[in-house]
Amino acid sequence: MVAVPVARTRAGEAPAEAPVIEVADLRMRYGNSDVLTGVTFTAQPGEVLALLGPNGAGKTTTIEILEGFRMRSAGHVRVLGVDPAHGDEAWRARLGVVLQSWRDHARWRVRELLAHLGSYYAPYSTRQRPRPWNTDDLIEVVGLTSHATKRISQLSGGQRRRLDVAIGIVGRPEVLFLDEPTAGFDPQARREFHDLIHRLSDVDDTTILLTTHDLDEAEKLADRILILAGGTIIADGSAEELSRRVAAEAEVRWSLDGQRFVHSTHDATAFVRDLFAAHGDRLTDLEVRRASLEDTYMAMVLAVESGRSELAVKTFGEAMR
Amino acid sequence: MNATVNAVRAGARRGLIELRISLTTTQDILGYVVPTLIFVVVLLFMRNGTVPGTTFSLGSVTLPSLLGMGVALSGLATIAQQLTVDREDGTLLRAKATPHGMLGYLIGKIILIAATTIVGLVVQLVAGLLIIDGLVLTSVNAWLTLTWVLVVGLIATMPIGAVLGALFDDPRALGFVMLLVMGLAAISGIFYPITALPGWLQVVGQIFPMYWLGLGMRSALLPAEMAAVEIGGSWRHAETLTVLGVWAVLGLIVAPIVLRRMARRESGSAVERRRQKALQRAPF
Repeated sequence: MVAVPVARTRAGEAPAEAPVIEVADLRMRYGNSDVLTGVTFTAQPGEVLALLGPNGAGKTTTIEILEGFRMRSAGHVRVLGVDPAHGDEAWRARLGVVLQSWRDHARWRVRELLAHLGSYYAPYSTRQRPRPWNTDDLIEVVGLTSHATKRISQLSGGQRRRLDVAIGIVGRPEVLFLDEPTAGFDPQARREFHDLIHRLSDVDDTTILLTTHDLDEAEKLADRILILAGGTIIADGSAEELSRRVAAEAEVRWSLDGQRFVHSTHDATAFVRDLFAAHGDRLTDLEVRRASLEDTYMAMVLAVESGRSELAVKTFGEAMR
Repeated sequence: MNATVNAVRAGARRGLIELRISLTTTQDILGYVVPTLIFVVVLLFMRNGTVPGTTFSLGSVTLPSLLGMGVALSGLATIAQQLTVDREDGTLLRAKATPHGMLGYLIGKIILIAATTIVGLVVQLVAGLLIIDGLVLTSVNAWLTLTWVLVVGLIATMPIGAVLGALFDDPRALGFVMLLVMGLAAISGIFYPITALPGWLQVVGQIFPMYWLGLGMRSALLPAEMAAVEIGGSWRHAETLTVLGVWAVLGLIVAPIVLRRMARRESGSAVERRRQKALQRAPF
């Protein structure tokens, strides 16, 4: 059995160092199939976590349980110190939720909807966190100023998604859940979204848990990456940590007398030392490349999917420690 | 500020915004105009008929009956349809993700449905008055009766409509239910006096709110002597209040339970699943 952390008493009274999200041995079973077989992780205040994993791995299920939209089968879950299954409206007010596909309020205007939904948060305003976000400021932050009076049905896919993000943060949440937030974004919108996420975590100290299929995005945004596969978290660490643990092989490239060379090695440092010893100043264009997050991810997920999950958990799980 | 009070106010604003949207959207305006046109055509055809056993115009009797049917339809059908649509596009889930959002959503919906019912009623009443005479709308009593029948009728039908909308996830299954609700009009004495039906059908018709809404509207708009052709030769206000009251109590007990269950099962993947189903249905 996994030790269950001591439950915090009440939202808001938890000590500053208390984790914002606590998940221990979370299990979910639909009928006869186990979707989650024991998910464990925590998130500290202000941390940005990316949850990666193949389709059907249970990312959305995990997020929905944390949001309080889905009952879990077993396990310990606390968000802001409260069990999401019993979260009240005051707890709800401290959460932001951006789901995969919203098509709601198509006939409303952008500004109108943000002002309306924001108004529900006013009673939960505090000195540190004035709620809701000023409507016009928020519209500007997500880059929709020129569309503020448009009907929502007239927005493009990317604009609609940005509106969804705006609605998700209108109450200045302490925790923000984003399920594939940048699907359908063009590169510029994606860049702006990344800036917004950084701002939320740095300036507002918002804890963010997002799912994505874009590994590059995960690497750019997340302090920590969780890989969910085979019903459990098979890796937990920064992108750099993960690739260091997994990819033993690094790629060394160099030029010698105008000729390019490539070599894969377990010990790049020793190899480069030898290279210098052998060629000295004649060596140019030296490049050492660790495995990318994509390589790491593929290796881990393949290991799990080919039935070697035990091995994968054992090998990659070390990244957690 | 108290969060519940705040949400009630937000809900009221929500209802007014949705009303404004409804009154400025072509599709919705057609939704008021087309039934009114049908209504006018029906009345024109009936203009020369008379109520059996009297010389009173059949059209004058049918007008208030149709108004009653309109209230029953928007209380039962419109709210059920909107609930299904709001679930499918995620509006309801959005409300769930917002603190006290469900409360605001419901209050907004009640205001919207009540207001659009009144708009529809006024449009039809005005159109009807232009082609039909014999209605009594000059007395304070007529307006008072009209008002209480409308209010009690909405309270009796809206919770039931919400339950129907919550129970039927699939718009097609709901369509079937709506067909049955429309079928109610046939046995509720809307187009022809209920006394023309076999006795057992009269009993069935009198179980449902639509008959009583029609009767209540007739009692408001017709001269007192027209009560003679009704069952028991009376407008039966006490019975109207009782039957509608029972439906209201029943609905107000069941609706919160069913709506809470519906809200609990709402999640992003539920909305996504419905979206996929809707996409499969949509012809390309």
